[in-house]
Amino acid sequence: MHIVACIKQVPDPSQARIDRETGLVIREGVDKIINPYDLHALEEALRIKETKGGKVTVLSMGPASAEQVLRDAIAMGADQVILLSDRQFAGADTLATSYTLARAVARLEDVNLVICGKQAVDGDTAQVGPGMAAKLDIPHITQVRKLRELTEDKLVAEKLTDRGYEVVEVPLPAVITVVKELNEPRIPGLRGMMRAKKAEIPVWGPEDIEAEADRIGLKGSPTQVWRTFEPERHRKGEMLEGTPSEQAAALWQRLRSL
Amino acid sequence: MEIRLLADKCTICGACEAACPYDAVAMGADGPELSEECTVCGACVEACPTEAIYIAGEKASPQPEPRDAAGDVWVFAEQREGQLLDVVLELLGEGRRLASELGVSLACLLLGDSVDHLPQELIEFGADLVYVGSAPELKHYRDDLYAQVMEHAVRQHRPAILLIGGTANGRSLAPRVAARLETGLTADCTGFALDEDGNLLQTRPAFGGNLMATIRCPHHRPQMATVRPKVFPKPARQPGREGQVIALELPELVPWQRILEVVEEADTGPNLAEADIVVAGGRGLGSPENFRLVEELASVLGAAVGASRSVVDAGWVSYPHQVGQTGRTVAPKIYIACGISGAIQHIVGMQSSDVIVAINSDPDAPIFSIATYGIVGKAEEVIPALIREIKGSSSQ
Ligand SMILES: Cc1cc2nc3c(=O)[nH]c(=O)nc-3n(C[C@H](O)[C@H](O)[C@H](O)COP(=O)(O)OP(=O)(O)OC[C@H]3O[C@@H](n4cnc5c(N)ncnc54)[C@H](O)[C@@H]3O)c2cc1C
Ligand SMILES: Cc1cc2nc3c(=O)[nH]c(=O)nc-3n(C[C@H](O)[C@H](O)[C@H](O)COP(=O)(O)OP(=O)(O)OC[C@H]3O[C@@H](n4cnc5c(N)ncnc54)[C@H](O)[C@@H]3O)c2cc1C
Repeated sequence: MHIVACIKQVPDPSQARIDRETGLVIREGVDKIINPYDLHALEEALRIKETKGGKVTVLSMGPASAEQVLRDAIAMGADQVILLSDRQFAGADTLATSYTLARAVARLEDVNLVICGKQAVDGDTAQVGPGMAAKLDIPHITQVRKLRELTEDKLVAEKLTDRGYEVVEVPLPAVITVVKELNEPRIPGLRGMMRAKKAEIPVWGPEDIEAEADRIGLKGSPTQVWRTFEPERHRKGEMLEGTPSEQAAALWQRLRSL
Repeated sequence: MEIRLLADKCTICGACEAACPYDAVAMGADGPELSEECTVCGACVEACPTEAIYIAGEKASPQPEPRDAAGDVWVFAEQREGQLLDVVLELLGEGRRLASELGVSLACLLLGDSVDHLPQELIEFGADLVYVGSAPELKHYRDDLYAQVMEHAVRQHRPAILLIGGTANGRSLAPRVAARLETGLTADCTGFALDEDGNLLQTRPAFGGNLMATIRCPHHRPQMATVRPKVFPKPARQPGREGQVIALELPELVPWQRILEVVEEADTGPNLAEADIVVAGGRGLGSPENFRLVEELASVLGAAVGASRSVVDAGWVSYPHQVGQTGRTVAPKIYIACGISGAIQHIVGMQSSDVIVAINSDPDAPIFSIATYGIVGKAEEVIPALIREIKGSSSQ
């Protein structure tokens, strides 16, 4: 089996602190890490390899510094990693990202399954997995919480729905996006960390994946961020004083009149 | 498009460096320098106190002019077991406003089997046209066939705007269809407006709601967006309103997935994502026994039960109740946080709630910074008092 895991480098959400005054996230000095969901994607890929044999390739598109998350992936046990990095890739929306990652997958040989995280914690769209599947013209399953059955050409998985879950069967190759219930990601061992430290990280540009120039990066992105602004925080909190009974009465008076 | 600097206006204050969400700005001796991480998002432009930074140049259009600027506004009418989801009606309210402003029709795309009772309901909630794709295979939502039909219908009728509810199904369908159509898709929008050219301005939260971004898709159609349930109000129904029902010509349906089982998990009380009121508990409750107080308050209020990750990890309540970055995102009318500190990972999952109540023994707990009503006190005392109060008032 050849499993591909897609991982994105994101600012570490656990380091994000809220400024008490403004209520805004403080981003300075925040480390970059593997998107938390993508750890579960990579873990699942590694487990499949361990039980069924084969290899795990990890892809990440990002700036040169995203090399670090690929080293982390090697430390966890990835066999092959590729960094998609080039000025022309920059500024991609989810369509251009989906296209770029799909082109890279198409360059790899005999891929059976592509695993993505459910969503990235910064962009937060959950669009890249299904977008990639569309570009590859293969099926996808979102929000997978369990793989029930996996063979060279078929996958049966449990996907979370709004009300519970569904058991879905698709032919392979396919793309799945995974939730964190799926597994518990491993902590890299010393040997893996040594290997990661020494590894050469191959970098692919647009030519390496035969990408069309107007379908990548900012140029290939139909959506444009027109402006960004800080949300209004009009919530001027009212503190309710008194004994617990008085507080409860004051609260209920306000809530029932809503 | 690119970021440019008016060097004589720059005071090298560093505001742009601090504001950049991508760490793409580094302060040099002569002002900011941009790395390739820059996405021209404009955060630095907004942040610059001296207006030394601006965005130059319009993006070159890789596509011809909009194919049909006067196309209709569409809403995907997701149904479950022959019942329309509330989010569809909410989108009809918003879609109606946009269609009227643009002077076009508001249409629905309804897929299912034996759904003849639904078009009239859609029309009474504001649709002018309902395209119905009916086939036994379309009875239940499935990614493969729904994507095929939606793509086909859009290519045939060329709407200018396509709005899709941000349900689990909608969030799986929309990106697949958008990628097939090579158009833009904005996730989880919370507001829409139109610019002078009739382009849709789509506002959405990013970075966990701490930054709002307005996104445009000027050169591609349709402009697609998803919207979570409860973001827009449900419009009033206009009984007897008239509209047109059009049978959709279906493409050849090519199934590639099989749905072997559909399991609805027993949910005690209302669905967390759809509830009007959520009562959530955290580690401050002190024990699993005290967590039952949260459940009791929820049942008295007809509310859903939420929880912080700490208590889910501790096994006081199951994972589907977790609210936050790695759990559910909720936006009820009232969110009552009991013994929850207000870690950023929790806040991002509930901050869009209309009214937030915080009950916490620590007056400095971060949760108070986003609370509408705050109570400093012990949850195990305040909750029972609140339950008595509610029961007392309802028995009067
Ligand atoms: C404020 C703001 C708002 C935005 N809004 C939109 C929007 O509404 N629509 C839009 O099209 N774009 C939007 N973008 C751009 C979007 O963030 C980027 O396209 C990003 O590259 C991918 O989207 P995501 O972070 O949402 O990933 P998701 O789609 O949430 O990621 C899902 C999974 O895909 C994989 N993946 C995603 N990106 C990569 C990568 N670079 N390398 C490897 N694997 C990856 C990972 O497995 C990840 O878990 C926005 C950006 C900003 C800054
Ligand atoms: C990658 C990542 C993802 C995460 N995802 C999530 C997520 O999805 N959801 C989530 O919730 N968390 C998430 N977390 C965890 C988050 O950072 C916090 O650890 C967690 O939310 C804290 O839960 P808590 O508020 O219940 O507990 P604590 O932070 O321990 O807070 C307990 C609060 O109770 C108060 N208290 C104490 N005694 C009483 C009393 N008698 N009455 C009233 N109040 C009292 C205390 O003052 C304190 O404020 C995530 C963390 C990481 C790193």
